[in-house]
Amino acid sequence: MTGRLFASLCLSALLATPALANKVFVSNEKGNTVTVIDSGTWEVLEEFPAGRRPRGITVSPDGTLLYVCASDDDAVRVFDTGTYEELYTLPSGPDPELFIIHPSGNPLYIANEDDNLVTVTDTQTRAVLAEIPVGVEPEGMGISPDAKWVVNTSETTNMAHFISTEDYRIKHNVLVDQRPRYAQYSADGKKLFVTAEIGGTVSVIEIDEAGAPDLVHKITFAVPGVLPEWLQPVGARITSDGKWLFVALGPANRVAVVNAETYEVEKYIVVGQRVWQLAFTPDEKYLLTTNGNSNDVTVIDVEAQEAVISVPVGQQPWGVVVQPD
Amino acid sequence: MGQGLVLFNLLMIAAMLPAAASDVRAAVLRIDYPALLPLSRLDLPKEDRAFAGAALATEDNQTTGRFLGHSFETATVATTPENALADFQNLLEDGYRLIVVLAEADELQELADTAPDDALLFNAWSGDVSLRSESCRANVIHTAASDAMRADAVAQFLVWKRWNRWFLIGGSNEADKRLAEAYRASAEKFGARIVEERTFEDTGGSRVSDSGHVLVQRQIPVFSQDAAAHDVVVAADASEVFGEYLPYHTWDPAPLAGSAGLRPVTWDPTHESWGATQMQRRFEKLAGRHMEEADYQTWLALRLVGEAVTRTGAGDAMAVRDYILSDEFELAAFKGVPVTVRRWNGQVRQPILLSSGRMTVSVSPQEGFLHQTSVLDTLGIDAPESRCTAFE
Repeated sequence: MTGRLFASLCLSALLATPALANKVFVSNEKGNTVTVIDSGTWEVLEEFPAGRRPRGITVSPDGTLLYVCASDDDAVRVFDTGTYEELYTLPSGPDPELFIIHPSGNPLYIANEDDNLVTVTDTQTRAVLAEIPVGVEPEGMGISPDAKWVVNTSETTNMAHFISTEDYRIKHNVLVDQRPRYAQYSADGKKLFVTAEIGGTVSVIEIDEAGAPDLVHKITFAVPGVLPEWLQPVGARITSDGKWLFVALGPANRVAVVNAETYEVEKYIVVGQRVWQLAFTPDEKYLLTTNGNSNDVTVIDVEAQEAVISVPVGQQPWGVVVQPD
Repeated sequence: MGQGLVLFNLLMIAAMLPAAASDVRAAVLRIDYPALLPLSRLDLPKEDRAFAGAALATEDNQTTGRFLGHSFETATVATTPENALADFQNLLEDGYRLIVVLAEADELQELADTAPDDALLFNAWSGDVSLRSESCRANVIHTAASDAMRADAVAQFLVWKRWNRWFLIGGSNEADKRLAEAYRASAEKFGARIVEERTFEDTGGSRVSDSGHVLVQRQIPVFSQDAAAHDVVVAADASEVFGEYLPYHTWDPAPLAGSAGLRPVTWDPTHESWGATQMQRRFEKLAGRHMEEADYQTWLALRLVGEAVTRTGAGDAMAVRDYILSDEFELAAFKGVPVTVRRWNGQVRQPILLSSGRMTVSVSPQEGFLHQTSVLDTLGIDAPESRCTAFE
């Protein structure tokens, strides 16, 4: 009897919240805030101050800590994901823009846009472990699933730099198209996708057993009635089964749905204005986009490949991360 | 040990070695003309005008070159119109073949005509339309926008605003007349009408300092009195004699564009879109001042060189020229779209910012102005209009 009651309670709880809700954190570059959204109801829970010019944003693997690149504060601010209180800051080097966290939660690899550096910061000891000179205007940061490689893209040098996480040295450089913005590994680590905002392409780089890159293809985009110049690939995410690559196209106000096996663009989803970064919910049921000029987040149903709702956030949303389960 | 592995190791070595496989030497030659003080003290000439842009570009190129075994070095020379040719020859004798020139059209032509066959010049200053048409030279690439591009950029915006009735005020010097002609051509091209045209005589008068504004406040209204009904005043003041005096002083209340008010520029310290903020910050850190057009146009010239070297691995002037005139070439230059080069006259295609001096008001080309090959070709001399044959 008790067992059955418990089961039915669980059932009703499930019915009340159809999906397991997670917190979505959005950095608002001009508003100097972070907006928190509930991924079950798509309601805004909170908006709190996050330092000056918050851009890159990520969460610790255990979901308790929120890291925000406060670009104009030259620091990474660390918040409690439950109370939104600022706990401490981490040294980041000047003008941190985008970063990526080691799957273990330590360290953080941070792109310093103004100083042509990648800074590696220990999230426990809060010490800088390394500064790696890279190309001009480093921005995109990706990490291989085995965590052996961190890839940084430099926007004016137009390269993807492959940094070994063992000795923090650059082992490979791959020239890609103009203004590379973002680097995304496939879950099996065999492919790396690098978006080029001004080049208008996504470079497909195959990764061999040793982690060495080979540029094999460039994905291009075309939308009738939209000037080709406006199709500017920025943020990108790939489903963990390696089948679908989603690419934010900036001022084209669209997210491209790319078949990640054939590299054909199969669909363009209209979203808000100046779509910038993307994040999946942990179950990959939804993809969230930050739309910098319309100050909202679009929620895309991944399977249906359709936009389902938009959520108003703060001023000029830039980055987005979803708290893990 | 397979061939692949050997090649891989070689690449590794190239990537790791600080030593250069290829040294790319470029020069910037700036001619400083005798001139009166500018109308606005914000425009006082900077000692390192253009050279600071060169320093930033060289740093950018060098940072990239480090990964590929290329090294970049740029010499800078400031000279006078009289000594320009001799200084140019000195650079050639020192082996420089990639030379960025900041000069007026006549001096630029002279340098281009005396340059050896294996040299390539970059015009980072003159907007003279003839340099892109009947007087073009095959060994000159223009990173400066032409007056025609600038006038078209203004015209597109005014037409988009439906401010189609223009009161054109031009200066009396030759350069002013050429600029006024560019505005006339733009009006014709985009369907605006010049309903009134007047010439402001350059009488060599004094500048605005010492209560000059009292005089300006009396002179300009009278000068602009009784003009036909107009939507906008367009100023063509290449010699900088009167443009800045016009805002607020015209007889009829009207917005200003051209040489004052809404100005067409290739760069402005207030520009911040498309990553420009980063460029401004890097420049300000390096130079301790704002980035101006001469700096940007020089930066752009050396970045064209850098990009060509990065992509081709060759640093000689002819290889650079071939690459930047090819279909493969494109360069991100903080303007939102890649810049490329017109193959018929060597002009770098680029969006033009319309600046109020406090803000980027708009950027041309404007929405709705279409072109069969590139919307950027709605600005300036298009292939059918250009009388340049040197590139054929």
